[in-house]
Amino acid sequence: MAAPAHERVRIFGIRHHGPGSARALGRALDDIRPDMVLIEGPPEADAIVGLAANPGMVPPVALLAHALDGGEERRAAFWPFAEFSPEWQAIRHALRAGVPVRFFDLPAAHQLADEPDRDRPAGPEATGPETTPTAVRPEAASGTGDGSGGAAEAVRLDPLARLAEAAGYDDAERWWDDVVEHRDGGPSPFEAVAEAMAALREHAPAMPEDHLRREERREAYMRRTVRRALKDGYERIAVVCGAWHVPAIAAGLRSTRSAGAPTAAADDRTLRGLPTTKVALTWVPWSYGRLAVRSGYGAGVVSPGWYHHLFTAPDRPIERWFAAVAAVLRAEDLPVSSAHVIEAVRLANALAALRGRPLAGLDEVTEAALAVLCEGAELPLELIQRRMVVGERLGSVPDGAPMVPLQRDLRDEQRRLRLNPSATAKEADLDLRRPVDLDRSRLLHRLRLLGVPWGEPAGSGRGKGTFRETWTLAWRPEFDVRLVDAGAWGLTVRSAASARARALAAEAATLAELTALAERCLPADLGDALPAVMAALADRAATDTDVAHLMAALPALVRTLRYGDVRGTSVEPLRTVVDGLVVRVCVGLPGEVSGLDDDAARALLDRVDDVHGALSLLDDADHAARWRGTLAALLDRPGLHGLIEGRLTRLLLEAGSPDDADGPAGGIGDRMARAVSVGASPARAAAWIEGFLSGGGLILVHDDRLLRLVDDWIGGLPADSFTDVLPLLRRTFATFEAPERRSIGERVARIGAAPGRGPADDETLDSARAAPAVRTVIDILGWPARGADPGRPRDDGRGWA
Amino acid sequence: MTEAVLRPHAEHQFADELVLLAERDDRPRPPGWRLSPRAVMVYLLGGALSDGTVITPKYVGPRRLIEVAVATLATDRALLLLGVPGTAKTWVSEHLAAAVSGDSTLLVQGTAGTTEEAIRYGWNYARLLAEGPSEQALVPSPVMRAMRSGAVARVEELTRMPSDVQDSLITILSEKALPVPELGTETQARKGFTVIATANDRDRGVNDLSSALRRRFNTVVLPLPATTEEEVDIVARRVAQIGTSLELPETIAGLEEIRRVVTVFRELRSGRTADGRTRLKSPSGTLSTAEAISVITSGRVLATHFGDGVLRAADVAGGIVGSVVQDPVSDRVVWQEYLETVVRERPEWRDFYRACREVS
Repeated sequence: MAAPAHERVRIFGIRHHGPGSARALGRALDDIRPDMVLIEGPPEADAIVGLAANPGMVPPVALLAHALDGGEERRAAFWPFAEFSPEWQAIRHALRAGVPVRFFDLPAAHQLADEPDRDRPAGPEATGPETTPTAVRPEAASGTGDGSGGAAEAVRLDPLARLAEAAGYDDAERWWDDVVEHRDGGPSPFEAVAEAMAALREHAPAMPEDHLRREERREAYMRRTVRRALKDGYERIAVVCGAWHVPAIAAGLRSTRSAGAPTAAADDRTLRGLPTTKVALTWVPWSYGRLAVRSGYGAGVVSPGWYHHLFTAPDRPIERWFAAVAAVLRAEDLPVSSAHVIEAVRLANALAALRGRPLAGLDEVTEAALAVLCEGAELPLELIQRRMVVGERLGSVPDGAPMVPLQRDLRDEQRRLRLNPSATAKEADLDLRRPVDLDRSRLLHRLRLLGVPWGEPAGSGRGKGTFRETWTLAWRPEFDVRLVDAGAWGLTVRSAASARARALAAEAATLAELTALAERCLPADLGDALPAVMAALADRAATDTDVAHLMAALPALVRTLRYGDVRGTSVEPLRTVVDGLVVRVCVGLPGEVSGLDDDAARALLDRVDDVHGALSLLDDADHAARWRGTLAALLDRPGLHGLIEGRLTRLLLEAGSPDDADGPAGGIGDRMARAVSVGASPARAAAWIEGFLSGGGLILVHDDRLLRLVDDWIGGLPADSFTDVLPLLRRTFATFEAPERRSIGERVARIGAAPGRGPADDETLDSARAAPAVRTVIDILGWPARGADPGRPRDDGRGWA
Repeated sequence: MTEAVLRPHAEHQFADELVLLAERDDRPRPPGWRLSPRAVMVYLLGGALSDGTVITPKYVGPRRLIEVAVATLATDRALLLLGVPGTAKTWVSEHLAAAVSGDSTLLVQGTAGTTEEAIRYGWNYARLLAEGPSEQALVPSPVMRAMRSGAVARVEELTRMPSDVQDSLITILSEKALPVPELGTETQARKGFTVIATANDRDRGVNDLSSALRRRFNTVVLPLPATTEEEVDIVARRVAQIGTSLELPETIAGLEEIRRVVTVFRELRSGRTADGRTRLKSPSGTLSTAEAISVITSGRVLATHFGDGVLRAADVAGGIVGSVVQDPVSDRVVWQEYLETVVRERPEWRDFYRACREVS
């Protein structure tokens, strides 16, 4: 006759990711040497738990369960394990001892199928690892969004925290250490924890209906698994589960005769007819950063790095911690001496004493580090926070782990879009007006964002019109490896690319990187990543003090804004950014233009041209007016580089402003006269001419007055200045088309031949003869009827230029 | 006696509380301390004693900072209080000294003209000439007196002193001794001696601390007020006080104008708008609470003497522009951007926008 059930089963209520729990559990397991270990987790993972013994498996890792159907809205749950997770220690213990391990939570097949019943944020994001509060337990990953459940949920997720709080502690680990770890030679703490949980469950606030139902199912399944293990004849069964569940499981074992105790039959009833979906499980690498994700319920592990330290430090944790912190700071070239470390330890201990705590905790060491090691500066503290308190440890899984969902999703997509990977390169010509081609293009763009350049865009797509794209497709074997890496970003190509784009936006160092990223996001149709990219862009633009950067960023954004519509992507956030950029450029430009040398002026000139072009493309009256106003204000600044002043004059002339104004600044002729008059040095005048004519020389053909000014100026140059200026002029005129140069030459010859003759004499048109031709030209140009009166020719040819 | 003076010392003003705290204090006191660290905390942050006596809070702000400060003093380390002007550094230092050693008057004020004698010791030259170097001819500095009595010495505006004068603190802090080579003696600090220094890290014309000296201090950075409400409250109260002492007639409250000034300052200081949605450039000035107070005060003077007695946007606009635009080139860009991208977009700030456009 076997011993009674409750003597064969030992239940260890643990704190998820609690190093104190892990240590206590390790000792207890060494003590009782179980012949079967049951662990809270999806039973489907029984098949792959053996991989945990593989040397290639390095925590932090996570069990990932993902539904095989469900398309974009693919659901998944994670069970992360760190070195200091009690569950992980239990798994390693069992595998070392060669004892079977079973997971005994409700199967993932039910948990994931259950999802749609519940009130949860819809959309693919909810399953992406970036937004899922996976740091706790799978129940959080699939938790509800309502606030009333939140408090109750928090109690259940970290009941020890609630007990610690009741005892006046703000850190559950510390409370656990004080009441559990530091008890000399007492009995195993788990009895006391079980009692405490029983009391806590009795007084816990009521949970929402659906929570309750789910809890019942999970605990019923747990009891059923324990019963089966008993039936299988195991004698020393170690059950490792969240402390919260201990009373429920114990109730199923002990008192089958007492009223109200859950019976096997009742549990079977609870579990009958649960919805099921097809799921697959695998191990995925995890990181401490993701363990610390605090979205959701705030129940994430805030300080995985600190816990890791507590779990692994053999002794003197505070001293070792500060020594490690000092090493991190020194690696960043911050001077930290041993004397600093000593004082930090003293301050941490003094703080602990002041607060009545037996040992310094995370709060004390952080504050001591700030006051002593960082000398009050927040920046190095953030470094400590990132490198040490959270930690940058990255897990890895062995090669044998099953396929990640991202690979599966890509395979599905390839099938759907009939786009098969092949190692030999082949061309694909996509017509973006066809939905299937549009989807193909999006897929390829997304993969490129994920670092999987399966398709290379051939040539520049821009020449072919906005609705055609040509790709060269070639699948290389290393892409599979990259997909596994990229698997950390999401479950589907789309969500992974979105998450990656968001991360890139957060990391981007320069404005140019961000604009490039925005340009990549649009064709990939990552509408959900775009706001993050745009926000980063707006932030960066706001703090970037270099106007040149802003000016460089603007054209690409305007292009995107103008052509984004072709793909049906929303560009509203982009417009806000562009609006802000235009204002900033206009405000900042005046500060940029003074004191430039030739090279800098030339570089700025290109920028000004780009922005000018972009703004005409944007076709926004407000912005155009603001820009013109800025340029006009610049024009009269003293000390402006000749190149820039000439160019600005030309731009404004084309925009139609300075010539119209007969104000004190005078018309275009006066301006040019001033620029090339004797007061200006020949070099500056040449630069002015270069700037003015850099857009093409046609204006000289049509405006005799200006031509005459240039001619007079050149003619009046002293001989030695002429040789100085000649190369500059040559450079200017060399950029003109040959016919332009010829006609300028012809006109100059005529000026020389007939000095003193006004241009109007030569230019008088026979309006009657010109009328039909003018009308035809107007028709071709599609101009409004305003110019349709050909009887009155303009006084100069500029209007036709 | 305390009634007659304009501003009594902390240990006189709150003498009753200190006595009560000392009577009720049953925790161990570090050597040389008048109160236990716990009681010092209660004195600074306020609280109720076991018999229900209420201790008024002296400092309103994060408890953790004060805990670190007190723990630092308890480990006989020197304490450096950092922060922009108007963050109650001097206030905290005075009350810490009053609570720990019952004497907040052992004070050295740091200025560009502070000499080494102010930190170490000077001589009574008449006696020096008459008697030669002797103990009687020596004039001890406040720091030396604090060492002799085991009390807290205060150094205000440490970074304003010339660097070589600052460095004379190094020996005092590391050896806890002050040699007097002229007499061949030295003064060794008694238990309880420590130094509280205040410094200003974002001011012009300061001398940075040498790393040797910096290493001997634990640093606590006192923050600017955490919320707009808190800051508006501080500004409004202080403005009212100053108004009383300047005997300005009561202007109409103008709380809205104060809120606007505080909002502008906070937004530019933090580099983002109050709703957290737009990033901004920060100007080179500190834009501290103290400056907000002076902008409002001068605005009130303008309103009283040249306006209709009501504080309006036009009265503060000039002051704001003056505080923000300290560097004529870069700050002007910052201000223009702020004006065009933020102020302009707020319909209820129309008057303010116009007023600023006029003076910019």
